[in-house]
This record gives sequence, structure tokens and C-alpha cells, in this order.
Amino acid sequence: MTQSKDPKDELIEHLPAMRAFALSLARNPATADDLVQDTVVKAWSNLDKFQDGTNLRAWLFTILRNTYYSMHRKRKREVEDPEGAMTEGLSEKPHHDGRLALNDFRDAFAQLPTEQREALVLVGAEGFSYEDAAEMCGCAIGTIKSRTNRARKRLAELMHLDDEDDLELTDPATLAVVTGQPTA
Amino acid sequence: MTKKRRNTKVDQQIDENLRRVYSEAAQEPVPDRFTQLLEQLREQEQSKQADADGKPE
Repeated sequence: MTQSKDPKDELIEHLPAMRAFALSLARNPATADDLVQDTVVKAWSNLDKFQDGTNLRAWLFTILRNTYYSMHRKRKREVEDPEGAMTEGLSEKPHHDGRLALNDFRDAFAQLPTEQREALVLVGAEGFSYEDAAEMCGCAIGTIKSRTNRARKRLAELMHLDDEDDLELTDPATLAVVTGQPTA
Repeated sequence: MTKKRRNTKVDQQIDENLRRVYSEAAQEPVPDRFTQLLEQLREQEQSKQADADGKPE
């Protein structure tokens, strides 16, 4: 006879994902870990409310994000990144170096509004369906879709990823070839 | 007028970056404070249980 795993035993398996999700919300590693700590304590004492067999990660993530937003209603403004790692300019074209590109992404991601970061992580990184994400965030499915769309659009702008589609060519010689006109 | 459709390749790049950044964070070893917290929570619960049962574990 198969026994469903005790959620108390399963909790530890979700900690890495919870930390990653918390970091995408809080942006600050210390705040993120505090958030996970609060979530674990809350989850533990409320496990009687968890329905065995349902998605434990979704349940944990819901507690986490609710805790985050209620934390923020207490604070007047969002905590700025104290390490200053996210204030570097993004005016340059993306580098071909994978490492630098990843940091460009982190910087751009940090600039998105919280709800967009949240939606994009739930759907794009964790792989929750729009429906599940909407339930976790307490909003309509359409809201999650528009948040992820706006997030991707903004990221593309910040990282200059869609510049290839534009006909704004920076090189006059190339421009001349394309337009069939001689350079001035 | 802005483009109506975003380049699929662009979306793919974004998702790749997103997943890489996210999985880097998710692959970090869990700090001791959390394993200790879970131990504490278990112990508290066990001692509550023992009190409730009125007999030693």
C-alpha cells in the first residue's frame, strides 16, 4: 500500500525553490531568506489546512508571496538593493559573453514591477500553468498573461534584444546599401 | 506604432536567461538556518505530543 509522503518531510525538498522564488520577489538575499524562514514557520503551523495530494509547492509559494506582500504593506517603500549590483546602466548592447549577459538579465529583471517578476517566475521558470499562477496570486488568468507579456516586452527592451528587428541601422554604409542610396 | 508580435527568438532568449538565473539560485545549498529551523519545529512538536500523551516518547 503506497503511503503519501508526509508534507512535513517533503517541505525540505522545496526549500531551494522557495529561496529562488523569494529572491525574485525580494531581490535582496537577506530579506529573501527571512521571508523563507517566516514562510516555513507559517506553513508548518498550518499544515493541517493543506490537502494531502494537492500541490505542496504551490501551497508553499502562495504562503510565501502572501507573506511578502503583507510585509510590504508595512513598509513605506521597496527596499533598494543595498549591494548596488543592480544599478549598472544597461545602455550598452548585450555582450556575447554568457556570464555578462546573465548579469544583464538579472539587472533588467530587477527593474520589473514585483507582480511582473512574480508572474514571469511562476509561469516561465517554475512552469506553473496560467491557471495555477492566477490562483496563487489571487487574480484572473488574463492578468497573469498580461503581466508575463509586459515583463517579457520590458526585458526585451532593457536588454536590446529586439533591436535586430528594427530598421534603425547604426552604420551609414549599411544603411546606404539597404536604402539603395549613396551615402552623403 | 510598436510591433504587434514579439520575436519568438527573443522570447526564447528571455526564457533561457530566466531559467538559468532561477536554477542557479535554486541550486545553491540550503543554509543551515533552515535545516536547523525544521529540526526545531519537529522537536517542539514532539515535546507537545509527549505532553499531550502524558507519557515519555
